[in-house]
Amino acid sequence: MIDISRRKLIVSGLAATAGASGLAGAARLARKYGLVPPDHGGIYGLGETLTYASQRLLMRHSLAREFPRSRISPRPFPNELAPLTEDFKRLQAGGFADWRLSIDGMVYQPASFSIADLKSYPSRSQITEIACEEGWSYIAEWIGVPLSHVLQLVGVHPEARYVVYVSMEPDTWDSIDMADALHPQTFLCYGMNGSELPVAHGGPIRMRLPRQIGYKNKKFITHLTVTNNLNRFGKGLGCVDAEYGYAWYAGI
Amino acid sequence: MATFGSAPLPPEAAHPSHLSTASIAKLVPRHSAVVRVTHWITALCFFALLVTGTEILLSHPRFYWGETGTVLTTPLFQLPIPSSRRLVPTGYNYVLPDQNGWSRALHFQAAWIAVLTGLLYAISGLLTKHFRKDLVPSKADLSWRVLWNSFLKPVRFRRPNAAEASSYNGLQRLTYLLVIFVLFPLVIWSGLAMSLAFASVFPWSVSLLGGRQSARTIHFFVSVALGLFLLVHVFMVSLAGFSTRTRAMITGRAATHKG
Repeated sequence: MIDISRRKLIVSGLAATAGASGLAGAARLARKYGLVPPDHGGIYGLGETLTYASQRLLMRHSLAREFPRSRISPRPFPNELAPLTEDFKRLQAGGFADWRLSIDGMVYQPASFSIADLKSYPSRSQITEIACEEGWSYIAEWIGVPLSHVLQLVGVHPEARYVVYVSMEPDTWDSIDMADALHPQTFLCYGMNGSELPVAHGGPIRMRLPRQIGYKNKKFITHLTVTNNLNRFGKGLGCVDAEYGYAWYAGI
Repeated sequence: MATFGSAPLPPEAAHPSHLSTASIAKLVPRHSAVVRVTHWITALCFFALLVTGTEILLSHPRFYWGETGTVLTTPLFQLPIPSSRRLVPTGYNYVLPDQNGWSRALHFQAAWIAVLTGLLYAISGLLTKHFRKDLVPSKADLSWRVLWNSFLKPVRFRRPNAAEASSYNGLQRLTYLLVIFVLFPLVIWSGLAMSLAFASVFPWSVSLLGGRQSARTIHFFVSVALGLFLLVHVFMVSLAGFSTRTRAMITGRAATHKG
C-alpha cells in the first residue's frame, strides 16, 4: 500500500510539474504567436484563450461556407436597432453622399473614403449565412469591397496586429486581428441581395465577417484605426461588447 | 478484476471513523481515481452547461430544421416560455434580462474542460479496460427479460441488494455506453457545428446534421436527453443509498456487507 502511494505521489508530482511548466511554456508561445485574445483576463479567460488559440491555429485561412443563390433567405431578419442619431438622419437625408469612412493609426497614408470611393474599387459578393449569438440565422448575398483592398490602399505597417472599427451608433466599436482583417471574405459591405445595403441591416456600410457571430458584424462604420495595441481603446478588452461580458473573439 | 470487488478487503480497523455503526461493513474498492476525478469535473461542467445553455436558449426559444431560421420564418416548434429578447414573439408581455454574455463564456469554458476531461476518461478507460470490464454487458445481461426486470425494479422503487449495488446491470451498462459514446459525442459535434469558424474548416460537420438550425435543434434534444439521464442517475444513486454511493465516488471505496 505504502509503495503504491509513494509511487503515485511521485508520478502525480512529476505530472503536476510537467503540467505547470507546460502551461507556462504554452502561455509564452501563445503570446509570441498572437494566440491570446485581448479579453483573456478574468474567470472566463481560459475558455476564451483556448477557443481563440485553437481556432486561429486551425482556421487562419479557411473560408466560410458559401451557398447557391437559390438558398438566399427570402426575408432577411433586421435585428433591433438603437434609435438613429440626428447626425445619421442628416446623412441619410442626403443619400449618404457625405458619409465618410476614415482610416488612421499604423498606416502609411491615413485616408478618408466616400461611399462612391468604396464602390469604385473592385466589388466582391458572397452568399453566406449571418448567425446571431441568440440562435437565429439567415443567408444573404453580401456585396462590398474586401477590407484587405482598402488596407492595401493605405499601406499597413508590418507590426500592425489589429483593425479597430467604429460605428456611428453611440458607444459602438469593435476590433479584429489581422488574420480576419486580411481574410478574403471580410468585407466593408455596402450591398445586399443585389441592392443597396438597407439601413436596417447596417447601411450604408457594415463590417461583414462571415466566420464570426453576428455582433462582430457592426453596422454604420465610419472609422478604422490600425494598431498593434488595444489597451488604449475603451477598457482594453478589444471591443465594447467585452465590457458587457460578450467575447471579443466570436468564432463560436 | 483486481480493483473491482474481488480485491483483498482492507481491514476495517484502518478506517474506523468512517464506520462507527456498521461493524460488519467492509470498505471495498469501487471506482478508480481517474473515474472519480473525471466524474466530479464532468458533473460540475455538466451543471454549468445545463444552466448556461438554458440561459442562452431564453434569447431565442424557437427551433427550426434546416440551415436557417429567424422570427420571420415558421419554427419547427417554440417553447412556451418568455424570452430575453424583445423581438421574439412569446405571448408574454415582459422581456427577461439579457444574461447571454457570461452564459456564452461559461458555456464554452465548461465545454472545453468537459471535453478535455472526457478525452482523459476515454483514453484511460480504453487503456485500463474499464469499458470492457465494467460497462460492456455480457450476453446474459442482454436478454429482454433481464433488461425488463432491471427496468421494473427501480420503477417500483425497489432498492438494489449489496451485490447489485457493487456493479452495473445490463440496462445500466447500455445506458452508460449510450451516454458516453453516443450522446456526449453528439452534443459536442452539434455544438461545434454551430461555430461559424469550425464550420468553415469542416463544412460537412454542419451538412451531415442537416444544416445549422438542425444542429441547434439536435443540440437541444441531446441536452434534454442528457438532463433526463442526470435525473435518472441521481434517482438510481438515491435508491442504492445516496451517501454510500456518493462516498464511493469520492473516496473510491464503498461500504458493503460481507456476504
